[in-house]
Amino acid sequence: MTEPKITLATAWLDGCSGCHMSFLDLDERLIALADRIELVYSPLVDAKTLPETVDLGILEGAISSEEDLEKARLFRARCRLLVSLGDCAVTGNVPAMRNAFRVEAVLDRAYRENVTCNPQIPSLGVPALRCPVKPIHHEVSVDVFVPGCPPSADTIWYVLSELIAGRMPEPARVTRFGA
Amino acid sequence: MHLEDLEALAARYHAEETHEQEIRVCVAASCQSSGSLPVLEALQSACAGQGNGRCKVKGVGCMGLCSAGPLVAVAKRHAPLNESVLYRAVTPQDAAEILASSGGAPVERLRCPTDQPFFQRQVRIVLERSGLIDPESLPEAIAHGGYSALIQAITEMTPAEVIREVTASGLRGRGGAGYPTGLKWSTVAKMPGAQKYVICNADEGDPGAFMDRAVLESDPHRVLEGMAIAAYAIGASKGYVYVRAEYPLAVARLETAIRAARRAGFLGARVADTPFGFDIELRLGAGAFVCGEETALMASIEGLRGQPRPRPPYPAESGLWGCPTLINNVETFANIASIVRRGSDWFASIGTQGSKGTKVFALAGRIKNTGLIEVPMGISLRTIIEEIGGGIPDGKGFKAVQTGGPSGGCIPADYLDTPVDYDSLKSLGTIMGSGGMIVMDETACMVDVARFFMEFCMSESCGKCVPCRTGTWQMHALLDRIARGEGTPEDLALLEELCEVVQSMSLCGLGQTAPNPVLSTLRYFRHEYEAKLQNQPLRKPQTQRGTG
Amino acid sequence: MPLSTARSNVRVVTLKIDGRDLSAREDETLLEVCREHRIPVPSLCYLEGLSVWAGCRLCMVELVNQNRLVASCATRAAEGMEVQTDSERLRRYRRTLIELLFAERNHVCAVCVSNGHCELQTLAQRLGIDHIRFAYRQAHEVLDSSHELFRLDHNRCILCTRCVRVCDEIEGAHVWDVMGRGSQCRIISDLAIPWGQSETCTNCGKCVQVCPTGALIKQGTSAGEMVKDRHFLPILARRRAR
Ligand SMILES: Cc1cc2nc3c(=O)[nH]c(=O)nc-3n(C[C@H](O)[C@H](O)[C@H](O)COP(=O)(O)O)c2cc1C
Ligand code: SF4
Ligand code: SF4
Ligand code: SF4
Ligand code: FES
Repeated sequence: MTEPKITLATAWLDGCSGCHMSFLDLDERLIALADRIELVYSPLVDAKTLPETVDLGILEGAISSEEDLEKARLFRARCRLLVSLGDCAVTGNVPAMRNAFRVEAVLDRAYRENVTCNPQIPSLGVPALRCPVKPIHHEVSVDVFVPGCPPSADTIWYVLSELIAGRMPEPARVTRFGA
Repeated sequence: MHLEDLEALAARYHAEETHEQEIRVCVAASCQSSGSLPVLEALQSACAGQGNGRCKVKGVGCMGLCSAGPLVAVAKRHAPLNESVLYRAVTPQDAAEILASSGGAPVERLRCPTDQPFFQRQVRIVLERSGLIDPESLPEAIAHGGYSALIQAITEMTPAEVIREVTASGLRGRGGAGYPTGLKWSTVAKMPGAQKYVICNADEGDPGAFMDRAVLESDPHRVLEGMAIAAYAIGASKGYVYVRAEYPLAVARLETAIRAARRAGFLGARVADTPFGFDIELRLGAGAFVCGEETALMASIEGLRGQPRPRPPYPAESGLWGCPTLINNVETFANIASIVRRGSDWFASIGTQGSKGTKVFALAGRIKNTGLIEVPMGISLRTIIEEIGGGIPDGKGFKAVQTGGPSGGCIPADYLDTPVDYDSLKSLGTIMGSGGMIVMDETACMVDVARFFMEFCMSESCGKCVPCRTGTWQMHALLDRIARGEGTPEDLALLEELCEVVQSMSLCGLGQTAPNPVLSTLRYFRHEYEAKLQNQPLRKPQTQRGTG
Repeated sequence: MPLSTARSNVRVVTLKIDGRDLSAREDETLLEVCREHRIPVPSLCYLEGLSVWAGCRLCMVELVNQNRLVASCATRAAEGMEVQTDSERLRRYRRTLIELLFAERNHVCAVCVSNGHCELQTLAQRLGIDHIRFAYRQAHEVLDSSHELFRLDHNRCILCTRCVRVCDEIEGAHVWDVMGRGSQCRIISDLAIPWGQSETCTNCGKCVQVCPTGALIKQGTSAGEMVKDRHFLPILARRRAR
């Protein structure tokens, strides 16, 4: 290998991890990818800190909490190119459906009304929720948007191949909201 | 009826009047709201107590200087306003003193000088009888020339001659867009069809505008006469005045006037005993700004939801119930009788090359003399603001003047010498509009101004088309963010892009012009927007040279 | 509506669309001519068989030499007209309109019954929209499930009034109308009563079939299951016109 590998960092904010699963659905293509990409930070690997500079950042999920916002800002600061992967990251999608309700009501429903054993709202070690839930680019600037719930492995492959080849992908050619 | 008969009638009304002095109390809406009705009563009972018939007390329409109301004028019978003694802020307690002084030494402590530019610089055509006659009295209107133009038109002129006269006068529509009135009339006249309609647009929804209201409250017969002449010219038999229900006084006076005109034979199956038949009905609007747009207005008259439809077909071709329809503004119709009576040459001699006649403005905002003025086209903004308006109060500097309401734009100090006419104002990025003129002093924040008008458009959008319905909402949200100091340079770019899209894609004038206040404040006061953006060093705005 | 009135003595005119010389009857609209010649022009409120509404503004085209945009669904063909249906400017404007619609109400395609069969969604993809730059309006609308067969989800409504028109003009029931102003506008049944209580609704389902989005749907459908069929419309419209 003569070309240096592209460093990649991924994280999931308020999402269901489905987009990361779809990434894993690349299956044997992951092997080809490994030749070109080095995964430096991700829920899929052990690294605990985001390096100071990363070539490509991929974020799944909407911004729902203070921690999400912090992570998004950190990714933006350190990644040369930032990708919003999946509808939650791109539109807010399902996580943003709680915007219709007061956050107290949502917590009540989840942690009290529907719980039989020791109902209580968690308060220790959890980040504060933000209102309203927003797509990532409404807080930090994003370079590539990949809608889909989740975007298919083929879509992810197309986007990554284009980026690796130094081209700007046009995801709308292969995916759409809700795809 | 011939012109001589009408003149005889007018002469009789004159002869019946024996009083030497008139005490005129303004009973238009502005003065009523500052308490002119009790003043009128007090004066009337004081006068009755005197019982010598030397003096007559009457309610009249707007005298213009609304901010000084209630206004009372004492004058020789039929003397114009600037030959009268004018009193400001009159209370019922002043009645006896005013009455005692009539014809003698004026009550100095109440005196409002009429030799000031506010009165001297005006030219009154539309408002010639406003403040002079009792708006509820047909005889008074006739005594001051009312309906003579109608009789002249239907007995001495052909419809084509009437249209030629209106065309030659150069009159342009006063409802906002300035479309040539003669051209509109001849288009409707040429349309085939047995049934045609005339509509008077009295919806006046611009915030801060009350020109049409004042005309209707002060001299309703003038508007009816203009409509009847139009009907004769284009061959219509039926007319509607579409007036907003928020103008109860105007509605009441119109009703009174229509009834009186019917009884006197100026409206009805045989107008002035000729074969020409024309009648007028009122239709009340429920206070939607968009219902001033002509196609929405017609839908509303038809009993449908007041929403615009695409043009063509224009109302001239397919208007009310599909029939050819002429629709003009109140002030447009109010000019017609004078044009017919005094000739198009006279009218065309007033004003500028492209804008003839006068324009009524409602002066409002940070200016000493707020109220109603009528000025010749071509007068400079500086004259209006510094002389007629008396400048800016509290020693503040002038910043900008906004014309055209939510569809218009603002003009900064550098352009104050611009003549007021359709084309000059357009070249400055604003419009003549219907006559609202809002003056702002140096303390005004132009982002707030833009946000105010955008909020108006957002809540008045009829919701039919996407760019206006949702675009005004987004533009308002962006302006709000910027005004609160939370906006970013991207927000400003997005705002400008929305301006372009909403302007070019909206269905009707409301949406097409909704971005104007933003565009024009951006054009002249961009630094104020930029100073409010995040991550931007707060730049000091250049100080505007003050006036007034 | 004035535009659908066919005259007996219509003339045929020639015009240029996207550089192609075409002929058209002078009572045809530009959009109809484009459809006939398979020139793609996006539209949402237009539907063959219904009166012209001209509200979505997506079908706007450029009149060459006039530097003016007109709604092609509401503009008749005229002799010598030169029309451009596609340009960088038009694409940018159309994208903005679609974005505005997505920001106006709550479209969550992933869980929408119309996912994959929605005209708004399809247009967004066709126009290359992969995110919405505007703030979401966060107006949370209600869902009317009171009808035994159908359902109305205001969150997905784009106020195209196809339902209003089909119900009035084809079914003749006029159940639907619009209430309110600006973005507060809402489709209402009868005088703003729950659909299930409507005394005028004939349960024909035409409104459901013409609705371009997941706003009017059948009860019992789940995500992606609501497929619409509006073949009936041009046929009925032609029979009605006779
Ligand atoms: C949103 C909107 C509101 C309008 N409001 C009024 C109004 O209140 N009064 C009026 O005379 N014209 C109004 N107009 C203009 C009318 O559509 C129409 O042009 C006018 O009545 C024609 O009369 P004119 O030729 O005498 O000016 C409005 C137009 C728009 C687009
Ligand atoms: S521009 Fe605004 S007011 Fe005019 S039709 Fe469109 S939504 Fe209605
Ligand atoms: S109506 Fe269409 S655009 Fe809206 S959520 Fe459903 S599928 Fe998506
Ligand atoms: S319910 Fe459907 S058809 Fe009716 S206006 Fe809304 S989007 Fe259009
Ligand atoms: S299709 Fe022409 S405006 Fe909607």
